[in-house]
Amino acid sequence: MDTHAHEDMSKHVRTYLMVFGTLMVLTLITVGVSYLHLPTREQVFVALAIATIKGSLVALFFMHLIDERKLIYSVLTLTVVFFIFLMFVPLATILDKIVLRYQ
Amino acid sequence: MEIPYTVEVRPDTGLFNGKLGVWLFLSSEVMLFAALFSSYILLRIGSVEWPHGWQELNVPMAALNTVVLIASSVTMVMAWASLKVNDFGKFRLYLGLTILAAFIFLVVKYFEYAAHFAEGAGPWRSDFLAIYFTMTGLHALHIIGGIVVNSYLWGPGAKMWKTQPERFTNRIEIAGLYWHFVDLVWIFLFPVLYLL
Repeated sequence: MDTHAHEDMSKHVRTYLMVFGTLMVLTLITVGVSYLHLPTREQVFVALAIATIKGSLVALFFMHLIDERKLIYSVLTLTVVFFIFLMFVPLATILDKIVLRYQ
Repeated sequence: MEIPYTVEVRPDTGLFNGKLGVWLFLSSEVMLFAALFSSYILLRIGSVEWPHGWQELNVPMAALNTVVLIASSVTMVMAWASLKVNDFGKFRLYLGLTILAAFIFLVVKYFEYAAHFAEGAGPWRSDFLAIYFTMTGLHALHIIGGIVVNSYLWGPGAKMWKTQPERFTNRIEIAGLYWHFVDLVWIFLFPVLYLL
């Protein structure tokens, strides 16, 4: 492979190492915050927000989603829609309580 | 008959076939774990009391495993990057480190499980422990699956590098996609089960 490809790849490798560093820092923060024993609602928010950032970094850089073909984005969009739907399904079990509150 | 589009891009998808295949597989995997996360929410909002993960589980050990797994994702992507610049030696080193990290993860997990069982705190103890063992158990099976695939590609499967280097590089790329997914699942499992 020519030098151009080598230079290109070393740029990629630098990015991977930066992402690694960021992921480590975020892991430290999320563990540190858990020791503060915040109220559950705040704790859930912080933990899920950090996990979402970390997950996005892995998907974008390690799984190369930052530069991918359209078909893969289409497949993943559909997956995300169903994923979100599935996360809200358990709410159905307390719908009666929610409806009663606003009646 | 030769398998089509292992190296060259299929014109209508813009991808080599294996890559699309693995992404479709990963989509179904997202739904598999989503069903369990959804069950977790259902159990938690339906329960009278729910323990904080850190009261029942070993946070430092799980944090260590998080670091190990993220590091293994980096070595996996470095293995692929090494093949891209024709450095087979480095590829072997990085993929070997990835497999080693996977084993370390399982050993740490084993000590965690062993401590729970020694206390009689198995999945029968509570809803929390039931969903904890189900989710981390399924995740550990995925780690084992990754070890099997990566070990094949490190050992006998690596022969393909001599005859069809581009095809082999693509194989490492999509094995990597799977491995990063396993890492990604843990990134969510760790806070949800241990920190909330």
